Amino acid sequence: MLTKYFNQDNGRYVLFCLTLLVIYLVMANLFFPTNSLFYVGNQTIILVSKYLCYALLALSVDLVWGYLGILSLGHGAFFALGGYMMGMYLSVQGENGSTTLPEFASFINWQNLPWYWMGADNFLSTLLLVMLIPGLVAFIFGYMTFRSRVSGVYLSIITQALTFALMLAFQRNEMGFGGDNGLTNFKYLLGFSITSNGMRVMLLLITLIVVVISYLICYQLIKSKLGKVIIAIRDAEARVRFVGYRVENVKLAVFTFSAVLAGIAGALYVPQVGIITPIEFLPLNSIEIVVWVAVGGRATLYGAIVGAFLVNYCKSLFTVWFPDEWLFALGLLFVLVTLFLPKGIVGLLKLTHSKKPQLKPQEASL
Amino acid sequence: MNKNPLKQNLKSASSFLKDYEASPQPDLDTTKGIILYLEGINVSFDSFKAINELNLYIKQGELRCIIGPNGAGKTTMMDVITGKTKPQSGTAWFGQKLNLLTMDEPQIAQAGIGRKFQKPTVFEALTVNDNLMIANAGKKTVWHTLRHQVNQIEQEQIEEILLLIGLMEMRNESAAILSHGQKQWLELGMLLMQKPQLLLVDEPVAGMTTQEMDKTAELLNSLAGKHTLVVVEHDMDFVRQIAKTVSVLHQGSILAEGNMEQVQNNPKVIEVYLGQSTTGRNVNVA
Amino acid sequence: MRRMILICLLWMITNLATAALPDQFAQRLAKGSLTEKQQLINEMIKENDASIQPLFTALVEGNLYWLDTNSTLAIKQDNQFINWSNKQVIDLPKNQFKRITINNNIRQLVAQYQLQIKLSSNTIPTRRNAAKALFGHIQSPSQINIIVERLALEQDSEVKQRLLEALAFAKLENCQQNECLVLLTQLSNVTNPIFVQKLQQMTSIEGSQIVKEKAQSLLDKLTQKKAMYEKTEQVYFGISLGAVLVLAAIGLAITFGVMGVINMAHGELIMIGAYTTYVMQQLLPNYPGIALILSVPAAFLVCGAVGMLIEISVIRYLYGRPLETLLATFGISLLLQQLFRTLFSPLNKAIITPSWMQGSIQVNDFLSLTINRLYVIGFSLTIFIVLLLIMKKTSLGLNVRAISMNPLMARCLGVKASWVNALTFGLGSGIAGLAGVALSQITNVGPNLGQNYIIDSFMVVVFGGVGNLWGTLIAGLTLGLANKFLEPITGAMLAKIMVLISLVLFIQKRPRGLFPQRGRAVEG
Repeated sequence: MLTKYFNQDNGRYVLFCLTLLVIYLVMANLFFPTNSLFYVGNQTIILVSKYLCYALLALSVDLVWGYLGILSLGHGAFFALGGYMMGMYLSVQGENGSTTLPEFASFINWQNLPWYWMGADNFLSTLLLVMLIPGLVAFIFGYMTFRSRVSGVYLSIITQALTFALMLAFQRNEMGFGGDNGLTNFKYLLGFSITSNGMRVMLLLITLIVVVISYLICYQLIKSKLGKVIIAIRDAEARVRFVGYRVENVKLAVFTFSAVLAGIAGALYVPQVGIITPIEFLPLNSIEIVVWVAVGGRATLYGAIVGAFLVNYCKSLFTVWFPDEWLFALGLLFVLVTLFLPKGIVGLLKLTHSKKPQLKPQEASL
Repeated sequence: MNKNPLKQNLKSASSFLKDYEASPQPDLDTTKGIILYLEGINVSFDSFKAINELNLYIKQGELRCIIGPNGAGKTTMMDVITGKTKPQSGTAWFGQKLNLLTMDEPQIAQAGIGRKFQKPTVFEALTVNDNLMIANAGKKTVWHTLRHQVNQIEQEQIEEILLLIGLMEMRNESAAILSHGQKQWLELGMLLMQKPQLLLVDEPVAGMTTQEMDKTAELLNSLAGKHTLVVVEHDMDFVRQIAKTVSVLHQGSILAEGNMEQVQNNPKVIEVYLGQSTTGRNVNVA
Repeated sequence: MRRMILICLLWMITNLATAALPDQFAQRLAKGSLTEKQQLINEMIKENDASIQPLFTALVEGNLYWLDTNSTLAIKQDNQFINWSNKQVIDLPKNQFKRITINNNIRQLVAQYQLQIKLSSNTIPTRRNAAKALFGHIQSPSQINIIVERLALEQDSEVKQRLLEALAFAKLENCQQNECLVLLTQLSNVTNPIFVQKLQQMTSIEGSQIVKEKAQSLLDKLTQKKAMYEKTEQVYFGISLGAVLVLAAIGLAITFGVMGVINMAHGELIMIGAYTTYVMQQLLPNYPGIALILSVPAAFLVCGAVGMLIEISVIRYLYGRPLETLLATFGISLLLQQLFRTLFSPLNKAIITPSWMQGSIQVNDFLSLTINRLYVIGFSLTIFIVLLLIMKKTSLGLNVRAISMNPLMARCLGVKASWVNALTFGLGSGIAGLAGVALSQITNVGPNLGQNYIIDSFMVVVFGGVGNLWGTLIAGLTLGLANKFLEPITGAMLAKIMVLISLVLFIQKRPRGLFPQRGRAVEG
């Protein structure tokens, strides 16, 4: 059944490799003794989990940038919003499923949490909010921008302003999200210790499943008639209007969906790293996501996943070897990829493997 | 590649078009026999008046040619009709009931006005087949588009159009690799897929060979009657081939109207064109 | 022996030099009884010698000491004792010095004398300041006498006015109903905080109802005035913030607005400009002012060169692909940031503000304008005008506008597009550098400097309408004012958020900004 979705696309190789990697990690973590050569530590489990979250985030950006042509420089905001929703749930979890006040509340002498923490004590409502809140913010934002036909560079800058404004807002203590320090010191998830081995492995598996499912949904979306309209909008927005499609509605739907994906990625990310702060809203983070997609290859979906893994793996290595030079590398990456690799690594591989010309001027000029 | 499917498809095209109806529009009321009313339209960009007190009436089923020198306001007029540009004053009605000035582009397109652009714009990243598929008439909401499955009837329609525009062999190629003329045809095909009541066709034969031009002329002629067509064209030979009524647009308003002969002998028109002919434009008035 | 003679001679010479204050005077001042001291001071006042003024000041302020071992007077200054006779620092332990004590009578005597001196000074500003300082500080009837005497002689109307006000205020302390009303009328233009205090006091204590009402109405007027000046101050702050925004954005208005190139490294060019100022001040450590002036052309050249380099090496290959230009230039901005972090350390650098840019202009009791901001406003306006002239009058400006309207046609007409693009980009970048020089005077200079201005700058350009320099000016000033007027109501951070949000809303209402370009070209 699954093969039906894969058989036309390199995506299946990518997802297959990912699944193999995760299965190997889980096996190695659970069934080998700690001193064994094959044992994989919790750190690696967390790292790969993180990469998978990033991959999902990259997927959501690829959807709006690669296919719809909206360069969002604020997708980190949706990621962070989803993360905050999950962080709120985690920070009120006490032992055995009881609820407590989060740590920051005692610092600023709050006895009760504000009304908007409602729903944070329930796991199911949290799952809902994780998708609802980023989706809602994206919907309101998109409703206003797309209807007034803000597009191109303007839209990019506005999305950047959005995440910047949210960062400023979440830094305020009065907002009730822990201010600069954010939410941290999570202990329990559904009554289980969040730092336990089993929980780590579980989260890794869940993340993998979510990534795979999200990929399949995106793939189906792109292959549908709507997917073709999306691509048409990217290439000639005005023309699509004269054919009779409500471009702003299509954009709104895809943008909101993409924000929901980003929110889910954030919600998966937070329990694994154990902290969420306003730094996640930093415009730089959002732009980094765009680079993952650019490096991997736009408008391919699986390219985004490859890019997220590759760039973040390099980042991990770099920050160990030359802690201060990462920004140099990142900056260079931006310049080199846009100048010499407009179709990303995936495009490079395709180019060498296929006879058909892949680079069309119009597509490259987005 | 495209040796001559045009000629060989010619007959099938006209036979096909016999039962090619515009999709019915419940809101479109043409009981008075007039499908498009433009009255007192004014459009200016800063100090430049692109359209100046323009009055234009198009009868249902008519094929109207609009000619005029560059900058006469032809494209701007089409922009007004399709909702791209809002005029500073004036009224624009589609039939008796639909006020075009209160509608935006998709609404106007869905109401039954299709447009072919001066510069052919097709969706280059999509295949020829998909270009036609997404142009097809029908509900175009996000949800319908997402759930849409191409059925037998639709596929047959697409294939008929592919045949008509001579791009059957290229159906699975991306539109980016088409030649200029082929893009023109593809856009005409998309226009037909929309099944509009009123077709606005901006310079349909630019970049076409004489043969292709003949075929286009025949296509447009066969469309008239069931559809209403407004054709903007510079090429006078082509206009002569298709035109029954010609309107001359000059400096944003109608200078003259009538059949080809009347217009050609109109002293005002001659003056405008002869005045222009020194710029080397390809005009053929006499 | 010879040394003894030398010392004697020296002693005699110094004695001669301070002939105005004979030795026995000093002895008596230090050792005599209080009455004796009073007599002595009266005598000294009669001599009316300007050279002993500092002595009096020190005496009143309790800084005059007697050194018994040397039999000399010493003035304490910055924890050092300075010999009155020869102005040398005396390096002896503190306990050797004895403070010369005085009582209130003597203090008053001296204060009156000093007042007299100042009020009869030959320079008008001295008299004005003295008269101004009198307000609320008249303690004795004898002071009143002096003032009245002086009023008869005074020519300068402002000094007169000030003296009258001081007198009126002094009389207000002790007045009957009608007299009070007259006095209050006289004082109706005074803005001194002491007067405000007094009015508040008058309205709250028991007393004549009419006087109270009068005082209340004056108080209301004053509060109104104060509010007005506070608004004026806000406007000033707003304009100065606006000027900064204009300065930061105007380079962008060229590169983004006119050329259509989106340069995310613009903020870093501003930062380089600020660092140029720092380097210039390091090169000329003793002349911070000259270094600052020199860094204006230096920053323009450095940033212009960097900008041209960016254009030639990267942006040139990305024309017509705005989103990719955005990404590439963002990468450049990261590179530059990290470069300066590595070269200059991540810490902020101290920039010296030259003396002529320090301080503030005191307009009145409610309003003072800081001078460095005044310079920034002037600088920003100058650059704006120069730029406007360049774009309107020079061939470069003509070529740039031609290319921005129709690049292909311009090229056909023989405009060397690549060269003009590089030059224009250099111009915009150079102006970013100038903004950096100005910003170095009012904000911290560090590798993150540019980050704080890039979003704001883009907002200003977009708000003003792309391709319109006037729009940029008006948008910058509007944003600055909006920020500063919201700040007292909502707090700085919330004000910024609100401005951002309302900007986003505005762009949605009018995607082409305040002053959009119109016409067929932009419609397509």
